[in-house]
Amino acid sequence: MASLKITNVNKSYGNVHILKDINLDIESGEFIVFVGPSGCGKSTLLRCISGLETITSGTIAIDGRVVNDVAPSKRGIAMVFQSYALYPHMNVYRNMAYGLKLMGMPKDQIRQKVDAAAEKLQLTKYLQRLPKALSGGQRQRVAIGRAIVRDPKVFLFDEPLSNLDAALRVQMRIEISQLKEQLPNTTMVYVTHDQVEAMTMADRIVVLKDGVVQQVGSPMELYEKPQSMFVAGFIGSPKMNFLNGGFADKFGANTVGIRAEHLEVSPSGGTWSGKVIYSENLGSDSYIYLDVGAAEPVIVRQSGKAGYQAGDTLSVTPRMQELHRFDASGKPLHN
Amino acid sequence: MSTTTTLAPNADIAVPKAADVPEPSRRVRRFKVGRLVTHIALLLIVAIWTLPTFGLLISSVRDPDQLALSGWWTALSTSTISAQSERLPAAGTAVVEDGLYTIRGNLLGADDNRTIRTFGGTATTAGANPVGATIELRAGGTITVEENGDYVWTSPTPFEYTTAPRISYVASMAPRFTLENYSTVLNANGIGRSFINSATVAIPATIISVMVAAFAAYALAWMKFPGRTFFVIAVVALLVVPLQMALVPVLRLHVQIAGMFGIDGKGYFAVWLAHTGFGLPLAVYLLRNYMVGLPREIMESARMDGASHFQTFTTMVLPLSVPALASIAIFQFLWIWNDLLVALVFLGSQDEYVVLTGKLVDLLGTMGSEWHILTAGAFISILVPLIVFFSLQRYFVRGLLAGSVK
Amino acid sequence: MLDQALYAVLIVAIAVLAFVAYYWGANWILDRSLATNATMSHETITRRDRRRSRIRPWIFLAPALIFATVYLVYPVFETLRLSLFDRLGQNFVGLDNYQWAFGNPADWFRSAVDATGAPIIDPATGLPMTLYKGDPTFWRSALNNVAWLIIVPSLSTAFGLVIAVLADRVWWGSVAKTLVFMPMAISFVGAAVIWRFVYAYRDAGTEQIGLLNAIVVAFGGEPQVWLGIPWLNSFLLMIILVWIQTGFAMVILSAALRGIPQETIEAARIDGANERQIFFGIMVPQIAGTVLVVWTTITIIVLKVFDIVYAMTNGENNTQVLANLMYRWTFISGDSGKGSAIAIVIMIAVLPIMIWNIRRARAAEGAL
Repeated sequence: MASLKITNVNKSYGNVHILKDINLDIESGEFIVFVGPSGCGKSTLLRCISGLETITSGTIAIDGRVVNDVAPSKRGIAMVFQSYALYPHMNVYRNMAYGLKLMGMPKDQIRQKVDAAAEKLQLTKYLQRLPKALSGGQRQRVAIGRAIVRDPKVFLFDEPLSNLDAALRVQMRIEISQLKEQLPNTTMVYVTHDQVEAMTMADRIVVLKDGVVQQVGSPMELYEKPQSMFVAGFIGSPKMNFLNGGFADKFGANTVGIRAEHLEVSPSGGTWSGKVIYSENLGSDSYIYLDVGAAEPVIVRQSGKAGYQAGDTLSVTPRMQELHRFDASGKPLHN
Repeated sequence: MSTTTTLAPNADIAVPKAADVPEPSRRVRRFKVGRLVTHIALLLIVAIWTLPTFGLLISSVRDPDQLALSGWWTALSTSTISAQSERLPAAGTAVVEDGLYTIRGNLLGADDNRTIRTFGGTATTAGANPVGATIELRAGGTITVEENGDYVWTSPTPFEYTTAPRISYVASMAPRFTLENYSTVLNANGIGRSFINSATVAIPATIISVMVAAFAAYALAWMKFPGRTFFVIAVVALLVVPLQMALVPVLRLHVQIAGMFGIDGKGYFAVWLAHTGFGLPLAVYLLRNYMVGLPREIMESARMDGASHFQTFTTMVLPLSVPALASIAIFQFLWIWNDLLVALVFLGSQDEYVVLTGKLVDLLGTMGSEWHILTAGAFISILVPLIVFFSLQRYFVRGLLAGSVK
Repeated sequence: MLDQALYAVLIVAIAVLAFVAYYWGANWILDRSLATNATMSHETITRRDRRRSRIRPWIFLAPALIFATVYLVYPVFETLRLSLFDRLGQNFVGLDNYQWAFGNPADWFRSAVDATGAPIIDPATGLPMTLYKGDPTFWRSALNNVAWLIIVPSLSTAFGLVIAVLADRVWWGSVAKTLVFMPMAISFVGAAVIWRFVYAYRDAGTEQIGLLNAIVVAFGGEPQVWLGIPWLNSFLLMIILVWIQTGFAMVILSAALRGIPQETIEAARIDGANERQIFFGIMVPQIAGTVLVVWTTITIIVLKVFDIVYAMTNGENNTQVLANLMYRWTFISGDSGKGSAIAIVIMIAVLPIMIWNIRRARAAEGAL
């Protein structure tokens, strides 16, 4: 059981302020995902938790104990790196046993632990192989195994799926979610730039931008009640449609946002009308790009095959309960 | 400067081959001529670069006498020795055979490699008579000389002369190859001893300097401490400090410190330390460049696993740096083995210490024209570097590239 | 001989073990003296961890720092000091050693004159007396060094580039490159013997055993005592260094040529450039930086050149260079003042290259 409490954490490199006053309370056993565009500070925050980076001010506490100055290996954490960082000159067994050996654990105990982890990750057959003889997914599993054997209180993942191809990424995503079920007491912090990973895996998501926490909440909270235009635009695919000027004035807002799946299509008589400029067929769904006279086309989702072609005139109506209204500073307006 | 540092010497050639270009047929012929010119030009250059060493090798296994007489490029042909002469024995040695006063003997002596071609009674007639001919001598009687040097000098009357006459001859020598030169220089000239001296200097100096450099390079690449950037730049600055600067001050220091313990300031210990010191900047520079390029996440992962920097260094960085360590060790070894100045100053030129290069310079001075000694000695001195070079060329080239192409 | 070999193995083992013992021992002591265990308070563990990681870099660096200080940094200052002292390094003599070498710059272009401005006639020779314009051997050595500095790097780089280009166009190119590269492994002294043999001289009329004279004679010339002909002999010594360094230039330039993006060459070809235009217009500019690095590296080697001159001529017949002159003054004549002054001159000559290197390193480190 390990809670993770981050209080007023700042991190600067010289004049560059990377993390600005971060406050987070992560409960024991939670799966937390840090998400945000590149350069938002999410990896730096993870590295500060791991101890690989020292923080400029504030405190990081694991299980109530401030660990600001504690060596990374003594914080009770384990980390899976983006490149896996497998030791290329050691076989799978030695990769997993390395940390235990440094702890001074007896040999038979090491063997027991490594074998158990290998079993769990279906790596038993590959224990004697060098990392270069493994596939991408197997390497990923070794990296996870190396972390598991340490029995960490907090499990850190730094964009672990970004080096895999699309199919493998989905599979590994499921495996990590299963891992979470198997280790219910371990707190997991997961960094990604991919909002799909965040939505599918997280108990709670932390959205970061420019070193500032934008919003913390469950995936559905972020989807349904974004606290800013940035979060509204970042979460969900395709990106939320934003309309301003005259389109928004009607709703008493500076900007209105509506997701593609929340627009009703009718041949005419809707709220906004315009010409179809492009339509994408994905088979199960289709997306229609509609020029309603705003700065950018409005994207509309339809189930199945698109019934419209470029040049057709179309009318759409937003579902009012799904319409997001924002003020000039990008904050949501509530009724 | 944008070239990568990891190119293997035999990597695929990226320079365009003109042959790959589709050309109109008119130009194809011209191109073939160009291709031939390329082959010939390169062959010529390679010949110029190789012949001097090749000549040394050939000369070192030739018969010393032949070596002194003809160029090494004639090693396979029979060489002709210009006129020489031999004095015949005293008159009293004659015996009577078949009623004739006879003196028998051999002009060349036993086990000689030479063959007599022509002979004569005076220096000017050395080329006048073919072997087997019989000529009259002014001292009386007739003489017949055979190819192998045997002669028979007969006279119907007793020989009466006080100064024995000379027979002049022109001989030829069949090509002969031998390892005698090597055994001569190894034993009589002390090259064998110098070889051990060189190894005694080069092996520990190489190991010590690579070890010291590796630890320092790791610290400069991966450890955090105040002044790191300053030290990195200092290494670059020290790269070009001329060795000559260091000789006098360091020798004085050695003598002073050794004097405190009542020992000689020169010696193996002094030369190891000196070589380590002088070679350090380049070794640290090359190794740091390599280590900085190792994946950061592996170091961090080791740190998360609880490895101290010492453990990270010994269990991660050293095994992963083997190629770089090898190329630096080769560099260091060749440089120390081939060095003259440092050994001369810090070890001296007495027989028990002198290294191969020093010995060779000594031989050049004292036996400047004894080419059988010089060529064999020189070949022994370059043998180890050549073996190292040919067996480990890949690492050698990689080291050069890492050092120069940034 | 066997005794000596065994003795050598023994002292080699002791020396190497001493260094191994230092590194492993010092780290072991550090880990022991600041050890942590589970019974300690968190604060103690953290404090000890931090202290260890603060001390450890200096354990790693200490031997290298000591070596660099004693063998490279201290000598620079000590040589500077000695160059201002007399032959035994006891009495301060100011710039006398430099004045011995260079003379007084004010006198370089003047003759001796009396108070009225008329030239003073040397009664012994009847000629006008000249002022001291510095040591002639020093000037000759410096001039020779300049010649070495111009000729060796340019010839080595040029040959290296030509061979790199040619070798990449024939199927036996890698063999050719290996053979040209081979002299890099040979010591300067070994090279001296090899080339003394090439330059060997026998009296006219007898068969020449030196390759160069044999060629000259074959073309109907007179055999020459090559190493006795002023200027030409210096050039013949330079040839030896060119022979050694061309391989280095070739390897580096060959790698640089291969590093040129193939697309740029193909684009030029599509634009209609011929092979010569591609080489000079597209390839050479892209490796200009590498050429500069090769050039400066060889320049540094040339400035320190000692062994070749020492072994071939020992500076006779006007072949002296600064490094050998420095050695003579210091170790043969026992004058550390003059020797150090010459060493400082060499140091000043490499200074621009050092500054250039530092600038590049600073840029690479991102520190101003």
